Amino acid sequence: MASRTASAPRRSRLSNRTREAIDCYIFILPAILGIVLFSLGPMIASFWFSLTDYNMLASPAFVGLDNYRTLIHDHLFWKSLRVTLIYSGVSVPLVLTFALLLALLLNQRLPGVTAFRTIYYLPTIMSGVAIGMLWRWIFNPDFGVLNLLLEKVGIHGPAWLGDERWALPSLIATSLWSAGGSMIIFLAGLQDIPNDLYEAAEIDGAGTWSKFRNITLPLLSHVTFFNLVLGIIGALQVFTEAFVMTNGGPNNSTLLLSLYLYRNAFQFLKMGYASAIAWAMFLIVLVLTLLVFRSAPAWVHYQETQKGADA
Amino acid sequence: MSEETLGRPIVLPAESVQRARFRGPSRSVRIKIVSFLILLIGAAIIMVPFFWMITTALKEASDVYLYPPVWIPIPPRISNVKEAMTLVPFWRFALNSGIIVSLVMLGTLLSCSFSAYGFARLRAPGRDFIFLLVLATMMLPSAVTLVPTYIAFNKLGWINSFKPLIVPAFFGNPFFLFMLRQFYLSIPKELEESARIDGASSYRIWWSIMLPLTKPALATVAVFTFFGTYNDFLGPLIYLSDQSKQTVAVALSYFNGSPDVGPQMHLLMAMTLVASIPSLLVFIFAQRYFVQSIVTTGLKG
Repeated sequence: MASRTASAPRRSRLSNRTREAIDCYIFILPAILGIVLFSLGPMIASFWFSLTDYNMLASPAFVGLDNYRTLIHDHLFWKSLRVTLIYSGVSVPLVLTFALLLALLLNQRLPGVTAFRTIYYLPTIMSGVAIGMLWRWIFNPDFGVLNLLLEKVGIHGPAWLGDERWALPSLIATSLWSAGGSMIIFLAGLQDIPNDLYEAAEIDGAGTWSKFRNITLPLLSHVTFFNLVLGIIGALQVFTEAFVMTNGGPNNSTLLLSLYLYRNAFQFLKMGYASAIAWAMFLIVLVLTLLVFRSAPAWVHYQETQKGADA
Repeated sequence: MSEETLGRPIVLPAESVQRARFRGPSRSVRIKIVSFLILLIGAAIIMVPFFWMITTALKEASDVYLYPPVWIPIPPRISNVKEAMTLVPFWRFALNSGIIVSLVMLGTLLSCSFSAYGFARLRAPGRDFIFLLVLATMMLPSAVTLVPTYIAFNKLGWINSFKPLIVPAFFGNPFFLFMLRQFYLSIPKELEESARIDGASSYRIWWSIMLPLTKPALATVAVFTFFGTYNDFLGPLIYLSDQSKQTVAVALSYFNGSPDVGPQMHLLMAMTLVASIPSLLVFIFAQRYFVQSIVTTGLKG
């Protein structure tokens, strides 16, 4: 990288550098303040609160690890952890698979392809509340469109959100509707893959599957990685749709961690306990993201050069 | 680039041409037909919920709970929309959302473009480490910061005001910082070099050269910010307590089983439809270039 100051007169170099550094700090100051005030600061504060008993009326009372001890024996916490992990574990791979398939299909020259992209992306612009309300009505056992359609083919549908066994799968199905967000990012990645790679492979007689396996998947892996990390973080925290559709019920079968945290913090005003839940959640996110990062060298390929094309 | 990569011209050398003549074209056409059909069916499935929302919104109250169902209400009752909007002070909520969204947009655009320029173009010790920290905060679950931030805003007496929703926007956003930094890095340095030689300060360069040059990226940030803020639910839910201060997103949830609306599903869906219209308009307005700019700038690096 060529040095920008190289062209400047030699004697003023140092002062130019200092000047630049001062300017730089001023420019990035909002971002620094943002991190300190809204990320790092609250993070540390959150840990402190997790060691206290605090209901926002009296001042926080230090209780050591009591909240965490309670947490370990709180069967609702374990239940919500299980619900959250099942939700994420099923929703994320399904969403990514659908998104990738759609992106592959939409990355061709087809009639109406722009319209298709728009349609598949459309659900992602809806608010979580609107999505939740709409799908609640779709899942309505007696008059919802899903059971009406099932009735047409002779299946008597379950009560969906009202049925303990079906409520969580229903939420997962709802999340699939918004796969368009990941799809568009996959599409971006697909458009970045140089065409000559495919042409070269075709000359070598590679078939569709082999091209997908040996070119598309590896060259798309950094996008998959990006989608996977964001997907995991997003799925573990999903709140609005579940809040609107089931609010944890029936019988806590959809009590996601985020809902349990919300209840403790803003309904029971147990700020200390809620913070402990938040930290548990943070640790889970951290461990899972670290695992994904650690696994990355095995399957994520970064494109250094495009030399390999002319084989 | 997108033009060429969309469809892939197949086969080049003589032998493949022969093979292609034999089965190539028909095969690729077959793949396209199958793809098209799959996409068509998928699109239909994706559209069913929208269809269901609109058709319910335009039904007579008495037709909502009918079996067999009325699939297409004739005539459509547009007046449902009007009725839903008078059941709650809709315009009040829209105004609140409008104020919050525009100020958040302003703050996000200013702070992110300003800081991103520093991260992209000016050198200082520790700059890259700080940028890494910014990126790392992207992975911090918002649940962790939720409670302390709420407590802090409560201490400041900001609860039940728009401030907790607006002020943080003026302190950058990791995702947009990353995006705009990428964008600045792709702009040739020569442009600012000459301005610098003419004696322009960094601030001047940012304001008069970089901002105009990055309009497409800024528009993308604005659109994303619109969706993020307009659709935000948890923020207004916990920070605003007066119903008159609520945003459209939360107001919509009031509709859910509220005594005013009760089981009047047609009004509920009419309201859902109305609440989704601003997003729809922004999307249609920005679509081509918004999807395109995710495709081109969103993810390099």
